[in-house]
Amino acid sequence: MSGGVDSSVAALLLQQAGHDVVGVTLKLWGGDSDTGCCSVSDVDDARRVAQQLGIDHLVFNFGDDFDEHVVAPYVDAHRRGITPNPCIECNRSVKFARLAERADLLGFDAVATGHHANIGRTAEGHHTLERGSDAAKDQSYVVHMLDQAQLARTMFPVGGMQKADLRALAASIDLRTATKPDSQDVCFITSTGGRTSFLGERIPFRSGTVVDTDGNRLGEVESVELVTIGQRKGIGLPGGGPKRYVVDVDAASATVTVGSDADLLRSELIVDHMSWVDGPLDGPALVQCSAHGRALPATISQVDDAIVVCWDEPQRRIAPGQSVVAYDPTNVRVVGGGICR
Amino acid sequence: MAEVTEPAITYLDHAASTPMRAEAVEAMMPYLSELYANPSGSHRFARRARQAVDEARDTVARVAGCHPNEVVFTGCGTESDNMAITGAIGRRGGVAVCPDVEHHAVLHVVEHLGERGRIVGVDAFGRVDLDELAAVLVATPDVTIVSVMAVNNEVGTITDIAGVARVVRRHAPDALLHTDAVQSACWLDLRDITAHVDLLSLSAHKFGGPKGVGVLVERGGPKVDPLIIGGGQERERRSGTHNTAGIVAAAVALDLTDRERVEDNARLAILRDALVSGLQLRLDDVVETVPPEHKVAGSAHVCIGGIESEALLFLLDEAGVCASAASACASGAMEPSHVLAAMGVERSMALGALRLTLGHTTTAADIDRAIDVVGASVDQLRRHTPRSPIVSAS
Repeated sequence: MSGGVDSSVAALLLQQAGHDVVGVTLKLWGGDSDTGCCSVSDVDDARRVAQQLGIDHLVFNFGDDFDEHVVAPYVDAHRRGITPNPCIECNRSVKFARLAERADLLGFDAVATGHHANIGRTAEGHHTLERGSDAAKDQSYVVHMLDQAQLARTMFPVGGMQKADLRALAASIDLRTATKPDSQDVCFITSTGGRTSFLGERIPFRSGTVVDTDGNRLGEVESVELVTIGQRKGIGLPGGGPKRYVVDVDAASATVTVGSDADLLRSELIVDHMSWVDGPLDGPALVQCSAHGRALPATISQVDDAIVVCWDEPQRRIAPGQSVVAYDPTNVRVVGGGICR
Repeated sequence: MAEVTEPAITYLDHAASTPMRAEAVEAMMPYLSELYANPSGSHRFARRARQAVDEARDTVARVAGCHPNEVVFTGCGTESDNMAITGAIGRRGGVAVCPDVEHHAVLHVVEHLGERGRIVGVDAFGRVDLDELAAVLVATPDVTIVSVMAVNNEVGTITDIAGVARVVRRHAPDALLHTDAVQSACWLDLRDITAHVDLLSLSAHKFGGPKGVGVLVERGGPKVDPLIIGGGQERERRSGTHNTAGIVAAAVALDLTDRERVEDNARLAILRDALVSGLQLRLDDVVETVPPEHKVAGSAHVCIGGIESEALLFLLDEAGVCASAASACASGAMEPSHVLAAMGVERSMALGALRLTLGHTTTAADIDRAIDVVGASVDQLRRHTPRSPIVSAS
């Protein structure tokens, strides 16, 4: 229970379904956050909802795991010019690993979260991972790493709900989270300081040279670690003229290459660390490269240890470190996902 | 709402809060009902309340071994600790010194002073390193206050305050010596501690009184600035309307605790030893953190190998056994123990810390049940082979 409305209602629905429910809030980040040190006010909200529902509420301190598996890799990736998705890494190594393991140890049958995704069953009894029913809130992208064994012990009680109905349900029993805004950002980065101040306290920023695709020097950027592929603004180039995008970042030589929209287009991308919902698949798929991006038609195939995504039509280059998730051609089921090379 | 069946409670968390003495509850009731007057008022009704506060002050002074005029009633032990340190620095400037195993009510105050705070180390039992303390006092000419706890709240270690006082008086004769004696009242004769210090903190709910009442013993006239400014009700040392009911009940509880202390200590030391040896017989790899001769009779702190406290406490709670591990932060999350870290306890063992603390209501049946439940819970946690870890992909 994060202290948000989705997990509040998830707990409520489980309880109404007759499950023996214990609410758990994870203490992950001990530093500053937008809701106070250790997100105290979020924990207060979760605890109060649990009290209203009449279920026990616990706080598990997984701060060390979070630092090791989420924050440190996030910082290190930026040092290497890679743009990771820390929420996905948190799901992978904390919520559906460390917490799931703890739940197992304590004798619980499943871990439920407030993610907008659905878990189904095939005729053969295999688990499927499907998009949330509220298309605007779908979070299947951020939980794509779950495999059969994990899906068997995971529940997404609100995955079938529309957000408006969910809020109305929370309001109907006067839960204090009913009108709480959705969280938007990375929990360990404050809206006041932003990514720049967070990373600036942890890694030295290096200035970088901005060049065009022919290698001509155009200018300088203050911190090459903060530049992302596809970026248009904040690369220190004068306005006017044709739109220019970051088409490459070479952290080793501190070089940022800019080019036209067309220079960004790629016919394929390579994906490492692939996980599969129900074993590897080759063939046509719809591929999504950001949490709320569109899933676009492609063909996926296995080459050595990696997956190659061949777009049906060239697409803008994806920043290395981003999660790439393949859905079945009907755009309902997650097939698998990995990290863009 | 789901039907909740509560398990029978086995309460072994007396260091967190011990049940109120029935006599203390009874004594406070009139001041919560018919005797409601403000003790600072000027009518006969107020004078009755005032007399109750003054009588309570006499009682506290007698048990603490000081003059009644040296007793300051505060809102809690933390306030007393804050008043001692912040008030001393406020009055005289200078530097505050404390060991690194103090309760956060002292440690965080000293740390908050930044440059004007000094932290000294402890030995393997958590007793302040007197050589290091002496070295800091010699190297720091303007030490205003040294604060050393009499009994550690996590592991129960007793510090020889007389020995600390000798070092402080010798190397920093102008410095004040404060002791956080919040965990002491049930186990030690406070008179023996007060004799060596300038300032001493107590908290009523640790000895069978109510929450919301603390005491600061301030010896030989004002030594520190008040923390709470206002009407000066508490002899100009602390402002705010007296908590008459709480103060009366605190005094009753302290008096009873003092009278029964020797007998309770003897009884509870036997139960505590039975608890620790019972756990060690029942389970492998259970280390008693501090040997019994160095700690109070109510403390049974152990480190259990191969488990995590957070998981163990959940299973104990499910079975109705109330225990603790280290202190929690504002979110309620368990923090790794700064006390065990300071004592040099290996991290793998500190992860499995379990604090069981006994008190005046503890029975032999509680001990038997705790051994059974802790034994079964640790078995469950150790039997489990974790699923293969999921490797982070970035």
